Amino acid sequence: MAGEVSKAIDPKELWGGGRSPFSLSYGKMMMWFFLISDALTFGAFLVSLGWFRYTSDAWPISDQVFFHIPFIHSATPDEGFPLLYVAFMTLILIVSSVTMVLAVEAGHRNDKKTVIKWMVWTIVGGFIFLGSQVWEWSGIIAGPDGIFGTYDDTRIGGNYLGGWETINNVLVPVVGPDQYAQFFYCVTGFHGLHVFSGVIINIIILINVIGGTYERRGHYEMVEKGGLYWHFVDLVWVFVFTFFYLL
Amino acid sequence: MERDDIIEYSLGAQHSEEEGKKIRKNVWKVTTILSVITFVEVLVGILYSKTVVGDGNLWATIKTGYIILTVIKARYIILEFMHLGHERSSFKSTILYPYLFLILYLIFIAINESLAVYDFNFPIN
Repeated sequence: MAGEVSKAIDPKELWGGGRSPFSLSYGKMMMWFFLISDALTFGAFLVSLGWFRYTSDAWPISDQVFFHIPFIHSATPDEGFPLLYVAFMTLILIVSSVTMVLAVEAGHRNDKKTVIKWMVWTIVGGFIFLGSQVWEWSGIIAGPDGIFGTYDDTRIGGNYLGGWETINNVLVPVVGPDQYAQFFYCVTGFHGLHVFSGVIINIIILINVIGGTYERRGHYEMVEKGGLYWHFVDLVWVFVFTFFYLL
Repeated sequence: MERDDIIEYSLGAQHSEEEGKKIRKNVWKVTTILSVITFVEVLVGILYSKTVVGDGNLWATIKTGYIILTVIKARYIILEFMHLGHERSSFKSTILYPYLFLILYLIFIAINESLAVYDFNFPIN
């Protein structure tokens, strides 16, 4: 990379005041510091999930809980498609992260048209992800096959699905630990909130790009800052995907 | 009043069409790596799920593999997509080391304590 960041500067001058020792603008550096604090929040969520998992006697297996895909009715895990839908959601988020990088790269070339193109695709990806999450939540809470509800379910005689047991050659659902579902709604909900605010931020930035705000300013650093937030959302999902759906 | 003593750092990140081509090539490379890793994870998750393999040594290996793959993915997202690998190394350390220190300690203490709580709640005898 060209510019201040890769320039070799004498440490005395670099740290002697009057300039940023990191060769970064204030806004970008502060975005990183904010992301660290946010990452600690998500880290705490996932670590406490691990705590409850280790202190519980039984813990549901994810592919016995999340096995639905849209338009296909599957009442038991045997008829279902474990991991398939959440893999699709992961891919959507990765792809929208890529389009964001391309928007940032186009911004560095002051290429307004390309920035708009990739920003629009990023926002579309964000909406697809949010829609997928709405579908997933509504399906497992109130869908015809979803028994992961926030109410007493008569089929399992308790609140939350914990897995399936074969009784008289028939698969029947059994009650699971409350913490599993509570953490599921908490963590994916908090992440979903981040996706939502990320989409809002991206839309605001897109409006500014179209309006020519950054063109007049001479640089598209705001796209980069929004991009940092958007990549962070993707980063968090990588961990949520592993610790919720894979392990 | 215009100030001339402020360095506009954001301008330093700008590059030409030539460099842009190189950067885009790198982006597609990282995309391929991330997609392949996700694909492998999902494939293993479907073929060797806990329901299939049980709670034995194989599952422990798969679990470790998942965590290693996740860290590799996170590394690519942070260093390439978020561009941290191309910032000054002093900034890279400022961001990464405090976080890693805190979170590794948190993971250690939570696993340690939760196993003790488990032993207390569900004694072997």
